[in-house]
Amino acid sequence: MALPVAFFGVFFAYPVAAITARGLKTDGVWRFGRIWDVLAQPDIRHVLWFTTWQALASTALTLLIALPGAYVFARFDFRGKQILRAVVTVPFVLPTVVVGTAFLALLGRGGLLDELWGVRLDTTVWAILLAHVFFNYAVVVRTVGGLWSQLDPRQEEAARMLGASRFAAWRTVTLPALGPAVAAAALMVFLFTFTSFGVVQILGGPTFSTLEVEIYRQTSEIFDLSTAAVLTLVQFVAVGAILAVHAWTVRRRETALRLVDAATTARRPHGAGQWALLAGVLAVITVLLVLPLAVLVERSLDAPGFGYYKALTSDEGGLFLVPPIDAVGNSLRYALAATAIALLIGGLAAAALTRRDAGRLVRGFDALLMLPLGVSAVTVGFGFLIALDEPPLDLRSTWILVPLAQALVGVPFVVRTMLPVLRAVDGRLREAASVLGASPWRVWREVDLPMVRRALLIAAGFAFAVSLGEFGATVFIARPDNPTLPVAVARLLGRAGELNYGQAMALSTILMLVCAVALLLLERLRTDPRSDRTGEF
Amino acid sequence: MSTTSTIRTTSTTRRITAVVAATGLGLVVAACGSSGSGSGDEGSGSRTVTLVSHDSFAYTKDVLKEFEKKSGYKVRVLKDGDAGQAVNKAILTKDNPQGDVFFGVDNTLLSRALDNGLFQSYEAKGSDLIKPEYRADQDKHRVTPIDSGDICVNYDKVYFSEHDLAPPTSFDDLIKPAYKDLLVTENASTSSPGLGFLLGTAAKYGDGGWQDYWKKLKANGVKVVDGWEQAYNEEFSGSAGGKKAKADRPLVVSYASSPPAEVIYADPKPKTAPTGVATGTCFRQVEYAGLLSNAKNTEGGKALIDFLVGEPFQEDMPLNMFVYPVVEGAAVPESFTKYGPAAENPETLDPAKIADNRDEWVKSWTSLVLK
Repeated sequence: MALPVAFFGVFFAYPVAAITARGLKTDGVWRFGRIWDVLAQPDIRHVLWFTTWQALASTALTLLIALPGAYVFARFDFRGKQILRAVVTVPFVLPTVVVGTAFLALLGRGGLLDELWGVRLDTTVWAILLAHVFFNYAVVVRTVGGLWSQLDPRQEEAARMLGASRFAAWRTVTLPALGPAVAAAALMVFLFTFTSFGVVQILGGPTFSTLEVEIYRQTSEIFDLSTAAVLTLVQFVAVGAILAVHAWTVRRRETALRLVDAATTARRPHGAGQWALLAGVLAVITVLLVLPLAVLVERSLDAPGFGYYKALTSDEGGLFLVPPIDAVGNSLRYALAATAIALLIGGLAAAALTRRDAGRLVRGFDALLMLPLGVSAVTVGFGFLIALDEPPLDLRSTWILVPLAQALVGVPFVVRTMLPVLRAVDGRLREAASVLGASPWRVWREVDLPMVRRALLIAAGFAFAVSLGEFGATVFIARPDNPTLPVAVARLLGRAGELNYGQAMALSTILMLVCAVALLLLERLRTDPRSDRTGEF
Repeated sequence: MSTTSTIRTTSTTRRITAVVAATGLGLVVAACGSSGSGSGDEGSGSRTVTLVSHDSFAYTKDVLKEFEKKSGYKVRVLKDGDAGQAVNKAILTKDNPQGDVFFGVDNTLLSRALDNGLFQSYEAKGSDLIKPEYRADQDKHRVTPIDSGDICVNYDKVYFSEHDLAPPTSFDDLIKPAYKDLLVTENASTSSPGLGFLLGTAAKYGDGGWQDYWKKLKANGVKVVDGWEQAYNEEFSGSAGGKKAKADRPLVVSYASSPPAEVIYADPKPKTAPTGVATGTCFRQVEYAGLLSNAKNTEGGKALIDFLVGEPFQEDMPLNMFVYPVVEGAAVPESFTKYGPAAENPETLDPAKIADNRDEWVKSWTSLVLK
């Protein structure tokens, strides 16, 4: 427990506190009066209102569209499932600049909807909401689907035998068991959309502004740190409230479940209804996720003989000192390091949180770990700069800062994917193992690990994807000779000329491929096959 | 790895640091032995000099190598986000700066940097060659101009020849009915070309007149998007991205150096640029460098600034950053003169005036144009 607390304290709480204090303290005196001054501005109130409702709407829409997908991935067996599962996670790693491009091709002028029905959704709220679904679809499919695939279908069957209708059986048996995972997914989607930045700006146009955008403006453009500090506090309060609601709903629901091996629960669909459901989900994925991605691929191939891809291998563009293709290696290195850190910290935290003797304090820490998802990247970045500037913690210009910052976002994912599963493990199994003389380590290895292995892989996939696509922290200290993929894409797009545009598209395509391949490899990771037992003894 | 003990909230900071340090160490070892670039290379070894800049800073390897060879200093480059962010970070960390020299504060931010005491005085060797129109802070010499660029409206040549319409050449043209619904610009509160265009109109029409001008521009159907990337690559019909996206705005707020870039980065290279510059719609941006107030390596920093205004670097900049040199005698590449006409009397504003009015102007621009 000490390690997660230390990590969280040093790399999140301390920097954020430092930058907030810098904004609210002048000449050593706290100026809390600023809070009311800022909140009294109608503009700020309007921004707060818009931020909240678009996040709630995005979350609801994402759940609505993605939950059937979670079911299909958990319960059905069909060809190409693994590839598809990797594909739906790809949007997660794309820089928003690129997603903007893809979505405009779908919703904008001359886009698909325009061609078919003459509908244009760009610069409307719908564009923002749909892009949020595009980004967060995988969050729901992976967190909810991960647990769903391990629920024992026989329990529902038993209810049916006892005369419950199909729906009643699902509502009374499966839904309560899924509750914590659905709540966790909803929470993460909410936090992501609540701090949405690029999507809102690019697709909504400059008339829409979220809290995150406002904080960025106050910090980066206007340099009004006290207003930024107040807005950061507002963000804290809002996120805190959401976390409290989440904790309250989940605490009353988490119970031990009968978990079985995922491989045994998925079947080929049978009957017209199930095939229709599968077809429906596939259609949604095709239109909403695959199509925008396809636009990027198509534009990257728009030069004869893979011209844009060939250009990536030369270092004559002058943007970087290395051929842009080198960014792949840099991104992978950062992502591996960030995933290792996130799994270590998140795993320890999740293990500590499931201990039976975990007190209130520790449970509170559970919520705290989620905060990094709900705090502006600019705030954390500026905080790093003024907080971590003295030995032994002068990390400002070291490469390790990038994976550390990325792990900060990865840890909540690891905790959230592992907790529902870990808490569902029946404590009596552990007790039985202890009574039979197993050491705590061995109990964990023999009882917990087989059950959480799947969750661990899902969590690792998330942490990896988060790091691969992360832009904010990387921009900070990416040196000219080691750009990451998203940074390289952004810089290429920031320059006139066809070759730059084409290379940006080509590099985005490579980023997607790297992500998909990495996730596929993770999916296929099988630990010792002998431990492939189901969680039943 | 440490075992998870139940927490007692007595861990002292020392313990925390130790744990973090240990984790860090473990990770450094674990993280596939990345090239170990530059961690711990503090400026203490005064043979290293650190340049802090923004994302758009770019150069040719050989030019910097040449400087390293001649001066004996090793140069580290840190990029700190976009122009505004980089300046603000430098100000925030001025007591314990990240480097020795900062490059990339432009005339829209200059006063903020100077008022916050970001730089110390240093008159660069060779600054007598700097053209007078670029000079600033003449009595204290806290900054040295390094490059300049013009923010201007670009037009799509194909569109105007197809429509038998003369492209606009001035701010006044843009509000004429002939150009209705043709212009796309950027959000002045988050984009530097967007801000530059606003400042250009403020310089041209004065405190009283620019708002009226924008009212007319709005009535003439100007479209505002968030950033340059979107305006240029998605909305502007003259760019490669815009063609693919079926863009329908043949006028965009961009740079005077964009047309040369359209030629240089095309394959095969066209004989003439596909886009042109409306030469009477420009606002001049100048970027400065300065020696940071608490630089650890002042000697190295001074040498680096001398190098930035020296001919080799000045001539290296145009094709790397698409900006113009500021010293007499520095050659501009042929592609610049051939494809990108120089701006005619670009608008300029005194940095102090920008500092005094900028936030107010952006605020009223926002409520005028976006609401």
